[in-house]
Amino acid sequence: MREAPLLEVKDLGVTLNTSRGPAQAVRGVSFALRRGETLGLVGESGCGKSVTALALMGLLPESAVISGSVRLDGAELVGLPDAAYCKLRGNRISMIFQEPMTALNPMHTIGHQVAEPLLRHTGVSAAQARQEAIALLDRVGLPDAAKRVDAYPHQFSGGQRQRITIAMALACQPDVLIADEPTTALDVTIQGQILDLIAGLVAEHGMSMILISHDLGVIAENVDRMMVMYGGTVVESGATDAVFTRMGHPYTQGLFRARPRLGARKGTRLKTIAGTVPELADLPAGCTFADRCAIVEARCRAALPAVVDVGGSHGVRCIRTDVSMAAGGVGA
Amino acid sequence: MTMLDQPSPATPLLAVTHLAQRYTLPRESLFKPPAQVHALNGVTAQVMPGKSLGVVGESGSGKSTFARLVMALERPTAGQVVLLGRDLNQLSPDDLRRARRDFQMVFQDPYGSLDPRQTIARIVAEPLTALGRIDRAGLRERVATTLRQVGLRDADMDKFPHEFSGGQRQRIAIARALITQPKLIVADEPVSALDVSVQAQVLNLMQDLQDEFGLSYILISHDLAVVDLICDEIAVMYQGRIVEQGRPADLFAHSAHPYTRALLDAVPRARAGGVRRRRGAQAIGSQASATAGCPYAPRCPLADRHCRETAPALRNVADAHLAACHYAEAVMALPPVVAEAG
Repeated sequence: MREAPLLEVKDLGVTLNTSRGPAQAVRGVSFALRRGETLGLVGESGCGKSVTALALMGLLPESAVISGSVRLDGAELVGLPDAAYCKLRGNRISMIFQEPMTALNPMHTIGHQVAEPLLRHTGVSAAQARQEAIALLDRVGLPDAAKRVDAYPHQFSGGQRQRITIAMALACQPDVLIADEPTTALDVTIQGQILDLIAGLVAEHGMSMILISHDLGVIAENVDRMMVMYGGTVVESGATDAVFTRMGHPYTQGLFRARPRLGARKGTRLKTIAGTVPELADLPAGCTFADRCAIVEARCRAALPAVVDVGGSHGVRCIRTDVSMAAGGVGA
Repeated sequence: MTMLDQPSPATPLLAVTHLAQRYTLPRESLFKPPAQVHALNGVTAQVMPGKSLGVVGESGSGKSTFARLVMALERPTAGQVVLLGRDLNQLSPDDLRRARRDFQMVFQDPYGSLDPRQTIARIVAEPLTALGRIDRAGLRERVATTLRQVGLRDADMDKFPHEFSGGQRQRIAIARALITQPKLIVADEPVSALDVSVQAQVLNLMQDLQDEFGLSYILISHDLAVVDLICDEIAVMYQGRIVEQGRPADLFAHSAHPYTRALLDAVPRARAGGVRRRRGAQAIGSQASATAGCPYAPRCPLADRHCRETAPALRNVADAHLAACHYAEAVMALPPVVAEAG
């Protein structure tokens, strides 16, 4: 049985105005997210993963040109006036940011900040919102929530602050949660706790989640499906297990091989990807990865390759999958 | 040049003994003495010439304080830092400045650590010019050579930092550390701000430079895989103490401290079938309050009354393998935390 998707993104494109002229930060991104489903976005800086998230949140600067369609429960979000977007943000779509230090306002108590979306969206009284904020802080594992509700952000550690931003994002029980590198600023042991917490809450409320990360390990352990982005396009997408079993795109393979891994002997050479990430302002006409690809051909540079289904809705945007996926391929 | 500049293989390049650093917190009450943070609590370690030491631990474990003390950027509360036979904290300011040619530092943030208003030539040359006068032509030649060693071009000399990517900036920072031909480079999280593909390039460069010049690194990192790749020995720090120390293979295959196991277990594995491994919530002990027992006891699944009452000393648990745990032997007998395949 297939229910209608909660969030449906079709051919999303974002053009940003930069000092070097218009830059196509996102091109042709399409995906559908059902209720309770989790999707991972992985890629390096400048690949367009955060811009995609900001486009969904309606948080791009006014100068940005957005094309395509984003539908939440069938309602179109692209071109929605800001006042209408304000009713959605923090209510039906919420976001957890990378830096808990800068995501919180240092001038307000944490209780005030967690209660704010409740007061804005649900029409509860201030006293009720405060009680609810304490319950939320308790739920995200902040010790002595009732006592510390009037404390300021600087009085908490990084992991505790990230718990507070999670409480803020979840206050109104959103349908879609976007977590942009939620654990990158945290220690590896705290990272596990925060990801456990998010996973627990997502399951508890039947939320859908988009998890953005540069860490393939975090993606492998936390989402049902994943998309790999490079140069503003999705180069590979599919069920997380399928992608990790058989990586199809030369970029995904390169990213996987470049990671240092535990147990590798000292002196092991890491396999690097030649070259650097292309400037978004002057992307090549063809495949965005062409300049760094080991199996590039003339026709790769002619036009942006179409997505090839390599089985089980595992899509790879490469015209040479016959070569890249031959000989066992790459996967764990 | 003195005899001390050519250490025999048996004498360590760097010997750190009982190093401790306390910071006094702002006074909270008029009538009580201000609280103190024991950032470093009696650390002893050695680095042999050409070998590298990795220091891992969470934030607040004292690993950056350790780096700052080794670099003689701060005076320790107690203990010694002896480099090439000289105690750095006993040197006169002038001697210390000259001694700095032998040890240089690479910082975490390649955006913050390079002055945006200076050319690459000036940035890279600075450690050399700080050592004394040197003629301009010779200086530019040295800068050009060093830039080529880190994979940049001569033409990059007259550019400014904003013209470079993060990975290139970290190469510039490494060039700046290399120019005095040091014997030791202290690198504090040198690749954590970089993307995965760029990180691999910088790590390969660090290995090449070590092979070429016989450098030693002290590599501070939270990433166990990075430390594993570069280092001959690893020290795991927790609350200002070394809780386990040994060769990477021993440390990872037969961890003797529950904290090392917890760190290894927390690393997400990039592979198919990555089932979420639940980790129990753990309370984090406070640094300011020094308790009598093992500092890890509040988080330790194996802790008992003995642990909470008596702090374990760092002791030999196997050949060249130290651990500070009463139950190290029992921990070593546990099945290893599965290392990543492939």
